[in-house]
Amino acid sequence: MAVKKEKVAGGSDLWIRPEFAVIPSCPGCQEPVVGQLILEVVEEMGLDGEAIVVPGVGCTTFLPVIWNMDAVLTAHGRPCDVATAVKRVTKAPLVFTVQGDGDCFAIGAGPTVSAALRGENITVITMSNTNYGTTGGQMSPTTVTGQRTTTTPEGRGEMQGHPAHVPELLGGIKGVAYTARGAVNTPANLQKAKRYIKEAFQKQLDGAGFSLVEIIVACPPNWHYTPIDCLKFIDETLLAEFPLGEFKNVDRVEQPIPVPAQ
Amino acid sequence: MGETLFVQGNEAVGHGAMAAGCEAFFGYPITPQNEITEWFAREFPPQGKVFVQSQSEIASINMVFGAAATGVRCMTSTSSPGWSLMQEGMSMLSNAELPCVVVLVQRGGPGAGTTRHSQMDYNSATRGGGGGGYHDIVLAPASVQEQHDHVQLAFHLADKYRNPVIVLSDAILGQMAEPLEVKALNYNSLPAKEWAVRGRDHQSDGQRRLILPAQGFMPSKAYPNYLTFVNNLDQKFKEMRRTEVRFELQDVEDARVILVAFGSLARVCQGAMEMARGEGKKVGLVRPISLWPFPAQAIRKLARDGVKFLVVEDNLGQMLEDVESAIGESAPVHFLGMLARHEAREMGMIFPDRVLEEINKVY
Ligand code: SF4
Repeated sequence: MAVKKEKVAGGSDLWIRPEFAVIPSCPGCQEPVVGQLILEVVEEMGLDGEAIVVPGVGCTTFLPVIWNMDAVLTAHGRPCDVATAVKRVTKAPLVFTVQGDGDCFAIGAGPTVSAALRGENITVITMSNTNYGTTGGQMSPTTVTGQRTTTTPEGRGEMQGHPAHVPELLGGIKGVAYTARGAVNTPANLQKAKRYIKEAFQKQLDGAGFSLVEIIVACPPNWHYTPIDCLKFIDETLLAEFPLGEFKNVDRVEQPIPVPAQ
Repeated sequence: MGETLFVQGNEAVGHGAMAAGCEAFFGYPITPQNEITEWFAREFPPQGKVFVQSQSEIASINMVFGAAATGVRCMTSTSSPGWSLMQEGMSMLSNAELPCVVVLVQRGGPGAGTTRHSQMDYNSATRGGGGGGYHDIVLAPASVQEQHDHVQLAFHLADKYRNPVIVLSDAILGQMAEPLEVKALNYNSLPAKEWAVRGRDHQSDGQRRLILPAQGFMPSKAYPNYLTFVNNLDQKFKEMRRTEVRFELQDVEDARVILVAFGSLARVCQGAMEMARGEGKKVGLVRPISLWPFPAQAIRKLARDGVKFLVVEDNLGQMLEDVESAIGESAPVHFLGMLARHEAREMGMIFPDRVLEEINKVY
C-alpha cells in the first residue's frame, strides 16, 4: 500500500492519506476522535513502529487503514482470533484490535470472550455507537431499551433483549487484567478515556493478561440527532445505562486453583 | 536418509509439518483428526513453537489467518463438520492471499454424519466451499509416507502462490499405521515474505504493511481496483492449472479397464488391480494426486478405443463428475461408490474383492 505522508487530522503524524480515503467517517462521528486518542497513546508510549493493529469490520475498520502502522484486517467479528495468533507468533509488544460493538459483542462474542478466557495478552478497543452504522443503523448489542433503529422501528423492547455491558461481564473472568468504559462527550471524559487506553496498553506491556476498553461514541446520522444533540443523548441516556469507569484492574493474571499433579 | 518410524497417518502430518518449518498450529478437537492436534500440543510448545487450542474451527482458521499474515508457516487440521465451519475463513484467506495449510481428515457426511471414513468432501474441497469462486490446491495422499510428504509440498505450494493448500486425508489414512521415513524435502527456495506484518520498524523499507481480506475493495498499489485483483486471481489459478497437476499412472498402456481412484480408495483399487492382473485381466489405475487442479488432460489421453473407465470413490460420485467431464463421449465411465460398502453400518468399506467383481462386470 503506497502511502503519502500527509496529515489529515490534527495531533498525530500517524494519520496518512492513501489514494482512496481522507477521513472515512460521517460528519460529527466520534470514532475518529477515539482513533486520535489511540494514536496519541501509541506515540507517547513510543510503540507505533512496533505495534500491530487488528481492525474488525464496520465503521471502525476505515480508521486503522489510514494509520501509519502495520495492520491485519479480518473477517467480521474475528479480530480477537486473529490478534491471538499475531501476538503469539510475533510476540510484538503491542497487538490490539479496533472494533465496533457489533463486531466485538455480537458476531464476535465468541472470539472476544474466548480470548479473555484464555487470558490472551492482547488489548481490545471497542467503540459503541449503539447501532450498526455501516449498514444503515440496525440494532446492535449496545442499543438501549426504547431506542429506535431500522430493525427496532418501535424502539428496542424486551423481545430484542437487553443492552450489553461487556466491560462488566469480562471483568469477572480470570485471565482478564483490565476492563474500562470511557466516553469522549466532554473534555474531562476524553482525558479519562485516553488514560484507560494507556492503562490497557500498559497491562499488555506488563504481560498482565487480556485488556478491553469500550468507548461510547456518537453516531449522528443513525441517531437522527445533530452532533450537539448527540452529546446530550450520551450524557442523559447512554451514560445512565452504561456507567463510565474501570471494572477490573489487576497487575497480574489471577491464577485459578491448580489440580494436584495427575 | 531420515529416521524411520512406525506411526499413524495423523501423526505423520505432524512430522511433515515439522520438517517443513511450520511455526504455528491452531486446532479444535474433532474425530477422526484428534491425533494431529494432540501431536502439535505435545511437540510444539517444548520447541518454542505456537500451539493454541481454539474455541471452534472458525477460530482455528482465523488464527491461521493471523499467523499467516505475519509470514510464518502455519496450519490447522479438522474433519468434515469443522471444515464446514471454516469456509468463511478459507474465502478470506484466498482474498488476502495468505499461504497456509489445512489438513482435512474426511469423515462420513453430510451434517455431523459419522466419525468414520468417507471421501465425501471432494466437492467441497475442490470447488472452493466458501463464497466468491476461489480455488485451493488440493493434494490427496494415499499412504502414511505421503501424509508426511504432501504436508511439506503443501507448505511449499502455499508460499509459492500465496494461497491456502488443502491436504485431503480421511479417517482410514489418518488412523492406519505404516512405516514413515522422516525427511525434509527440498524445494526451490522462494522469495522472502516482504508483504508480512511484523511492526513497521521491522520492515526493510520502513513502510507499514496492510493485510486485508477485502483486496480489490480497498485500492492498493498492487490492485488499484476490483477487476485488477480478480484478474490476478485468474492468472494465479491458470498458472496452478498449468503447473501443479499431479497424478500417478499404473499399467495403463495395455489396459482395457482403467480404474480411477484417489486417497485411501486408490490403495483399495491397487489391490483389486493386482488381483485382476493375476487373473490375466488387463486393468490399469489412474491416481489423481492433485484433485484441484484435476488431471483432466492425462485422463482424456487414456480414453482410446475399447477402454472403459471405472471410477471408485467412497461417496456418491463426486470425482466422477470430473472424470466424466474430462472424457466426454470418448469412452464409457462406470462408477462404484459407497453403496458398495461391505456392510451397512458406518464402518462399512469398499474392499478390493468388491472392486474386482465390478471390474469383471464391466470388462
Ligand atoms: S455511521 Fe455512525 S459510527 Fe459510522 S462513521 Fe457514520 S457516524 Fe460514525
